[in-house]
Amino acid sequence: MISENVNAERENNAPVVEIHDLTRRFGPKTALDGVSLTVPPGVVYGLVGENGAGKTTLIKHILGLLKAQQGTVRVFGRDPVEDPVGVLSRIGYLAEETSLPGWMTVHELMRYTQAFYPTWDEAFAEQLRSEFSVDARAIVKNLSKGQRARVGLIAALSYRPDLLLLDEPSSGLDPIVRRDILGAIIRTIADEGRTVLFSSHLLSEVERVSDYVAMVRGGKIVFADALDTIKETHFKASVQFGSARKTAPEMPGALHWEGFGREWTAVCHGRPADIEAAAALQDARVVAHTPASLDDIFVARVGAKIAVGPED
Amino acid sequence: MQIHISTEDGTPIYLQIVNQIKYLVASGRLETGEEMPPIRVLAERLLVTPNTVARAYRELEMAGVVEKRRTAGTYVSDKGSRLAQHEQWKILTQRVDALLAEATQMNFGVDQVVDLVRERSAAMRPIDDGLMRPMADLTESISKEK
Repeated sequence: MISENVNAERENNAPVVEIHDLTRRFGPKTALDGVSLTVPPGVVYGLVGENGAGKTTLIKHILGLLKAQQGTVRVFGRDPVEDPVGVLSRIGYLAEETSLPGWMTVHELMRYTQAFYPTWDEAFAEQLRSEFSVDARAIVKNLSKGQRARVGLIAALSYRPDLLLLDEPSSGLDPIVRRDILGAIIRTIADEGRTVLFSSHLLSEVERVSDYVAMVRGGKIVFADALDTIKETHFKASVQFGSARKTAPEMPGALHWEGFGREWTAVCHGRPADIEAAAALQDARVVAHTPASLDDIFVARVGAKIAVGPED
Repeated sequence: MQIHISTEDGTPIYLQIVNQIKYLVASGRLETGEEMPPIRVLAERLLVTPNTVARAYRELEMAGVVEKRRTAGTYVSDKGSRLAQHEQWKILTQRVDALLAEATQMNFGVDQVVDLVRERSAAMRPIDDGLMRPMADLTESISKEK
C-alpha cells in the first residue's frame, strides 16, 4: 500500500495545468500580473489569497472563460480557449455561488448534466446523492445553501473529471458541508490519481488537504512551493534582547516581526542556525523556536509590505 | 486508532500522524501485528491529502514501527515492544528537556529540580494506592496556593 507517492504509478507526468507569464487587465486595473503556475498530476494544489487577489480570474483562464491577453495557458497540454470541448469535458468545476438551473428538480439536473458528459457514472452519482442525503425530487432553488453546494459537487464529480477545479468551494458554508467538500477533494485525488486545484481563504483547510500551495496577492503569485518544503523552510523564532527596544529588529531570513520590549518573535525563512548567529551579533539570543503554521507564513509572506502593483 | 490533527500549532501534518502513531504503539494502544488503516481510508477520515498519510507511513516504516506485507496492507512491526520502550524513553526525555529548559529560564539548578521531582513523587504516592480522595485534596490545595 505504501508507495513513493499515492499516484507514483502514473506513467505520464506532464503537468495538468501550465500557465506561463499570464497577464490580464480589466480597463486600467491589472487583475493578473505575470503569473506562472505549474500543477503536476495527482496532487491537490491550493490557491490562497484575500478576496480580489486574482484567484477567480486565474481559474476563469483555466476554464477558457477568459482569453490570455499576454502569456499562455495550457490545460492537459491544450489551449482551453481554442479547444473548449477537449478541456472542459475533463474538468469538474464548482464555484462559490454555483449557477444551477433553479427550476429543475435534482433528478432532472442530474439527467441534464449527464447529457453533456459521456463519462458520467450514474451509480457514483446516486451513491453521492444518498451519502449527502439530497432528495432527488427536490426543486433546486428550494434547497438550502449547503444542499445546493452538495448538488453542485455531485454534478462536478459524477463524470469523474481528471481535474477538479473548485473556486472558494466552502465559502459561507457550515462545517458539515465543508467536511463533505474536503472529503470529496481527498477522494478525488485518492481515486486513480486525479488532480485538484482549489482556491480558498481558509488557510487551515488548505494546510490539511494541499500538496502544493500558491499565495496570491495583487494579481501576482507571491510564493509557491510544495507544502512540505514550505513547512520545512519556515519557522518561528523568539529572540530576547538585552534591553527593551521600540522598533522591530532586522535580521537576515526574518520575514515578519511581532513583539514588545525585550522579546520579539519572527516568522523566518531558512535555517535556525542563521537566526541564532544573527541574534548573537546583536547581543540577543533565540529563546524558542517553533514550527510556523501556514497562517503564520501567509501573514509573513503576503501580509507583510511587499512591493507589488495595484492593491485590490 | 484515534488521531487528532491540528493546523494551529504549525507542526507538519505528516509529523503529527507519525508522532501520534508512535505514541499509540508506545502506550500499547496499538499492538504488535495490528493492521493499520489503508492510506486512503485514513486520509478520508482525517481529511488530509493521501500523500501526507503515505509520507507518514513511509517514515514509520523507516523507523521500524510498521511494516508492509506484500499486497496485504501495513502492520505494526514485530519489533514493536523494543521500539515501544525506546519511544517511552523518548517521550519522557522530551518532557524532562522542556522542564529543564524552563527551570534554567527561572534560574533553578538541576539539583533543585531533582529534589522537586522527589518531593512531588512523595506527595503523589497516596494516589498510586488507588485512593481518589488525596487527589481531590491535592488539587484543592494547589488551587488555594494560587
